[in-house]
Amino acid sequence: MRNNSEPTIFDLSSVGRNGYQLPESDVRGSEFPTEFAREDLAFPELSEQDVVRHYSRLSALNYHVDKGLYPLGSCTMKYNPKISEKTARLDGFTQLHPLQPTETVQGALFLIYDLQHILSEISGFTACSLVPAAGAQGEFCGVKMIAAHHAYKKQHQRKVMLIPDSAHGTNPATSAMCGYECMPVKTDSRGNIDLEDLASKCNKELAGIMITLPNTLGLFDENILKATAMVHKSGGLVYGDGANMNALLGIAWLSDLGFDVMHYNLHKTFSTPHGGGGPGAGAVCCNRLLEPYLPGPICEMIEEGTKDEPPFYGLYSPERTIGMVKAFYGHFTVLVRAYTYLRVLGANGLRRVAEYAALNANYLMQALKKTYPLPYDRTCIHEFVLDIKWEDAPDIRALDVAKRLMDFGYHPPTNYFPLIVHESLMIEPTETENKRTLDEFIEAMNSIAEDARHAPEMLRKAPSETPFGRMDEVKAARDLKLTA
Amino acid sequence: MKILDNLFYSKNDEWVKIEGNKATLGISDYAQDALSDIVFVDISVSVGEELVSQQNIGSVESVKAAADIYTPVEGKVTAINQAMIDNPEGLNSDPYDKGWLLELSNDAGFDTEGLMDAAAYKKYIDERG
Repeated sequence: MRNNSEPTIFDLSSVGRNGYQLPESDVRGSEFPTEFAREDLAFPELSEQDVVRHYSRLSALNYHVDKGLYPLGSCTMKYNPKISEKTARLDGFTQLHPLQPTETVQGALFLIYDLQHILSEISGFTACSLVPAAGAQGEFCGVKMIAAHHAYKKQHQRKVMLIPDSAHGTNPATSAMCGYECMPVKTDSRGNIDLEDLASKCNKELAGIMITLPNTLGLFDENILKATAMVHKSGGLVYGDGANMNALLGIAWLSDLGFDVMHYNLHKTFSTPHGGGGPGAGAVCCNRLLEPYLPGPICEMIEEGTKDEPPFYGLYSPERTIGMVKAFYGHFTVLVRAYTYLRVLGANGLRRVAEYAALNANYLMQALKKTYPLPYDRTCIHEFVLDIKWEDAPDIRALDVAKRLMDFGYHPPTNYFPLIVHESLMIEPTETENKRTLDEFIEAMNSIAEDARHAPEMLRKAPSETPFGRMDEVKAARDLKLTA
Repeated sequence: MKILDNLFYSKNDEWVKIEGNKATLGISDYAQDALSDIVFVDISVSVGEELVSQQNIGSVESVKAAADIYTPVEGKVTAINQAMIDNPEGLNSDPYDKGWLLELSNDAGFDTEGLMDAAAYKKYIDERG
C-alpha cells in the first residue's frame, strides 16, 4: 500500500494555532498600518511540534546519497564524508565576517590560496578563481574570459562557439549568454569528436570550442589532441567543462591536452553536497594567456613568511578581469569542505578516486551489457550510456526502466541525456560504492530486463512501491497551471 | 516506422512535400517517435516571410528533449498550421498529414538537392539504429 497520506502544511493549519507565546507587552503597541495588511495571504498556522513532525515525515520519504546508491550519470553523486561537514562548522570559519580586515582572517585566506593552488595543479593550469557559485557560473566565467581575450586582441569577427553534440546541455546556454552563436560538432562512430566535421567549422570566425572530457558518453576522446590543435590553429581557444573531472584526477592534465580554461564542480568531484544539501562551487582554472581575465577576488601571497613569521595573504583582482560575478569570495564553507576532502585524500588518494570510479563504471558496464544494449561499446571511464531498445520488448523505453528502478529502492540514472542516444540511461556509480552494492544493482537491472519481456506492464506502470506512482509528465507540460 | 514515398527528407528529420510551386513541411515519423510525447510547438517565422534553405523556423519540445526545426527548402511562408501549435500531440499521432507545420511557395520551383527520397531516408534511419 502506498504511504502517501501526508497532507500539505496548509491542510494541517488551524486558525489561531502557533508555536510561540509572548509575555504581555510592557510598552505601548502601535497599530499595523492597514495599507500593508493583505487578506489574500493564507499563512499556515501550526504549533512547533506540528511543523517538526510534518517535515520529519516528509524527509523520511526523501531519497539521498546517505540512503543508497544514486547512479545519476553526469552528476557524480558520491558519498559526502562527514569530516568535511565538521570542518566547515568550525567557529574559525563560521564566525568570520566577509568585511573583516585581512590581517584578522589569514587562516581563511590561506585556505583559499592553497585550494587555488591545488586545483590549478590537478588540471595543470597556472591560476584559479574560486568565486563562481556553481558549475554553470564557472562555465559562464570561462567563456567570458575567452570573449574578453578576443576583444582585447580586437578579434571581433570571432563569434562562433563550437559545441560537440556529446557535450553538456549547459554549454550552449553558456555560449548564448556570452553572445556567441553556437554550432554543434558531430560525434563519430566511436564516440569521439568527428574531426572532419570539426575541420569544416574551423575558420577565422571561430571563438573557441567547449569540450566535456570525458564526454557525456563517459568516453575519453581519442581525438582530443588533434581537435584542440585544430581549434588553436584557427585562432580559437579551448574551454574544458570539468563536470567529469572525477575520471581524470591524478591521471591527466587538461593543460597538456590543449585546454586553455576550465571549471570544476566542487560539488561533484570534490564531494561537497549537491543541491538542497548546500550550494555548489564552480572554480575556474586557466593558463597564463587567460590569467589576466579571471574573476576576482583572488588570493595571493603578499609577503613570504620567515622562520618566525607566517606568510601574509591578501586579495586582488587581475588587471583585465571580467569583473565580480558573486558577492565576496564565493561559497566559502563549500570551499572548506572541498579543501578538507583534498587534504584527507592527498595526491595518491585522489588518483585512486579516478581509478576506482573507472573500475566501478566498467564493472557495471560489462555486467549490464549482457542484458542491455550498449551503443558505444568501448572501455568507459567514469560512466556509460545504455540505449533501452530491445527488439523483443519494443514498447519499453528508458523512462520505464528508470521508474522501475525506484521500486527496487534506487535513485534512477539520468535518462534521455545525452541526446545522441535516443533512449539513453546514463549510469555513474562513482568510486564510493563497494562491490556488493554494485552486484545488487546489477541484479535489480537484470530482473527489470527480464520483466520487460514477461511482465512489461510492471515497467510501464512503475513505480508501484513508492509513495506516489508515475506522474503524468505530458499533462504537466501541456496543461500548465501556474496559479493556486 | 512510417516513411511516405512521395516526400523528401532532410538529415535533420524534416519532411517536405513538393507540389509544383507549393511545398508543405513537417517532422518525420522517426522524429516524433524519437522525441516521444510532444508538448510544445513554437513557430518563429510568420506568413509572408522569405526563408532560405536550412533556416531555423522554430522548435518542438517533448517530455524528453527540445529540437530545432529547419526548412529543407527555400521559399515564402504562405501558411502556418495553428492547429499543431494549439494541439502539439497532433505531431505524434499524424506527423505527415494533419501534422504539417509550414506551407511555402516558390515561383522558381524547389531545389531538392541534398534531400533524401524515401528509400535513402530509410537507409539513413537504419544506419543510425
